[in-house]
Amino acid sequence: MFYYFPFTIHQTMSHDGNLLSIKDLRTYFETEDGTVRAVDGISFDLKRGETLGIVGESGSGKSVTNLSVIRLIPSPPGRIVSGEVLFHGQDILSLPEDEVRKIRGKRISMIFQDPMTSLNPFMRISKQLMEITQLHLGHTKEQAYEHAVKMLETVGIPEARARVDAYPHEFSGGMRQRVMIAMALSCEPELLIADEPTTALDVTIQAQILELIKDLKEQTGTSVILITHDLGVVAGMTDDIIVMYAGKVFEQAPTRELFERPGNPYTKGLLKSVPDPAHEEGTELYQIPGLPPDVAHLPVDQCPFAERCYRAEDICRREFPPFVQLNAEHFSLCHFAEEVYNESLAARGGAAVGGQDPGGVNIQGGAGR
Amino acid sequence: MSVGGVQAGGAGGVVRPPSEGREPLVSIRELKVHFDLGGGTVFDKLVGGAGVRRVVKAVDGVSLDIYPGETLGLVGESGCGKSTLGRALLRLTEPTSGQVLFRGRDLARLSKREMRGQRRHLQMIFQDPYASLNPRMTVAQIIGEPLDTFQLGGRGREREGRVSELMRTVGLSPRFLRRYPHEFSGGQRQRIGIARALAADPDFVVADEPISALDVSIQAQIMNLMEKLQRERDLTYLFISHDLRAVRHVSDRVAVMYLGKLVELADAKVIYRDPLMPYTKALISAVPVPDPATEAARRRIVLQGDVPSPINPPAGCRFHTRCPWAIEKCKEVVPPLAEIKPNHFAACIRISPEEPDIEKVAPGDAPGLRSTGRVIAQ
Repeated sequence: MFYYFPFTIHQTMSHDGNLLSIKDLRTYFETEDGTVRAVDGISFDLKRGETLGIVGESGSGKSVTNLSVIRLIPSPPGRIVSGEVLFHGQDILSLPEDEVRKIRGKRISMIFQDPMTSLNPFMRISKQLMEITQLHLGHTKEQAYEHAVKMLETVGIPEARARVDAYPHEFSGGMRQRVMIAMALSCEPELLIADEPTTALDVTIQAQILELIKDLKEQTGTSVILITHDLGVVAGMTDDIIVMYAGKVFEQAPTRELFERPGNPYTKGLLKSVPDPAHEEGTELYQIPGLPPDVAHLPVDQCPFAERCYRAEDICRREFPPFVQLNAEHFSLCHFAEEVYNESLAARGGAAVGGQDPGGVNIQGGAGR
Repeated sequence: MSVGGVQAGGAGGVVRPPSEGREPLVSIRELKVHFDLGGGTVFDKLVGGAGVRRVVKAVDGVSLDIYPGETLGLVGESGCGKSTLGRALLRLTEPTSGQVLFRGRDLARLSKREMRGQRRHLQMIFQDPYASLNPRMTVAQIIGEPLDTFQLGGRGREREGRVSELMRTVGLSPRFLRRYPHEFSGGQRQRIGIARALAADPDFVVADEPISALDVSIQAQIMNLMEKLQRERDLTYLFISHDLRAVRHVSDRVAVMYLGKLVELADAKVIYRDPLMPYTKALISAVPVPDPATEAARRRIVLQGDVPSPINPPAGCRFHTRCPWAIEKCKEVVPPLAEIKPNHFAACIRISPEEPDIEKVAPGDAPGLRSTGRVIAQ
């Protein structure tokens, strides 16, 4: 194709240390209900070797963001309206399809929530694993088979050589997810996108899979994007977190900072609504009132969270909130971001910024049952 | 270690529940629910089929008391039998043997007709708010159906008034009376399911994974609603869930189930702080905590392998195939659910009231075999 550039050139071109850089990404879906702005102006960077958590409820756009990154948005009805997805400085969105195919599965790979529906039930595990390296690495059959066995061993499947020729239904849920991880890591990708990788699994199996992802990440230096609705999962796994709501980034911060000093009422509510066995003592849970947003009918010119927010005032229903920078790495989409952040600081005994008085908003009150 | 203020009592023989002096509302005795998958006949052997009869022992000898006004959390991984146990209590699944005493009456022995009469006192909330509501019925019909079944609702205006009141109770506007389930969100549908369960004014509600299908912010709403209703209506809950954080939050006591058997039973706070049985230890250490500092500092017990199949489960202690502390004896002896600390029961032969901490027990020793403390038969 005309636009073909060898990637090695672009690797040297990206000098900002970012493996992936998303700029103002917008992905819309045309439905009978009207245009669904599933992802509406998302920007973030991912450094090499880092793990980024994307947290959000259903309909927040977290999965669509990542399907957009690897250009797997079904079109129609979906389309990437605007934005850039820079991988090593190269915009994936402007690449021809056959170039994207060389990246997808090789340099960027994905693990999905449900391992049963992502594996082909009619194909032996070995075949499914071999396909990848035969295609991307030019392995011969023998090489690919040996590689498949090695990968299954890497992800901790006992008696890998004996089981490599099994069909997916012969494996348990946890084992299937291990196979998915083996497939995703076959070509030593630079970026692994894991979309709710443990949601369908039991807790003891979840712990196994998370340990595995952590170990493999340390061994290979792969960057990871971990998409989940579970704040507990991201707490122990990630360097940075993005909180999404209604197709927007509501808050972005290093993991510890986000948990200790949230600067957005939605994040704050989310954190308080999860029972934390280590701290709580028999109190009623904080509940965010109302329902998750209907993305087909998002109000314009107002904060999409305003109707559910404890801090909302008139301005929130009149103007779309600004994306406020709270410190070097901490951003929040809120008219009152500084105030909320200062409250969190005060609660932790830290110093306030921005000169505002940490107001006496009592989040425990649970507005509007 | 503190055991929630309960005095260590030396009185032998009698098991003292936390709600001492009160009669249990529901008493489960030696309950078994087995599903026969066939196999094991001469013919099967001839055609090369299963050599042994294959039986899923979903619930295999569970004894448990549930006291009025409490929430008993029942946790375990998929396939452990927790949902089957819940369904068997209401006889939505027929028990194979054992007793389910409700106010002293054995539900397992009632005829279908008698059971129907009892059912208004025992109701169920289901996991999937999409599958458990009839899509062709309006909300008014769904919530009103138990009123008709048990002849509680009256007619016309009166009945509609009761349905409206139930809707308000669960936080739904009676304006939606004529709407169909598909017009509601997951959380709202779960509220409809709760209203339906409450319609017959039950005493005992089995909630089977009531929040698992819901978004995080909605889970908190439903948990709070259930707690509010419990206070207002003096309900007793069996709260079944795989979500240990949620169970810890809503429950007074927690029972842990593994492959058809109870393996630990204790006060909810105690079991979290001080789990005794190795499986419970692993389960609780596996729960991710929404706090990066805690996550960084904690030591996690990562179990090897998967839960074995409940078809012909392992002999002896069913957990021995995955247990880091298992010894030879564990393959032979079925551990009783023994009172290791006051009102804290655990099924493990490697601990005893004298030596409750498995990490401090001498290698290879099984003090539970020597112990003469109180036990709940398994």
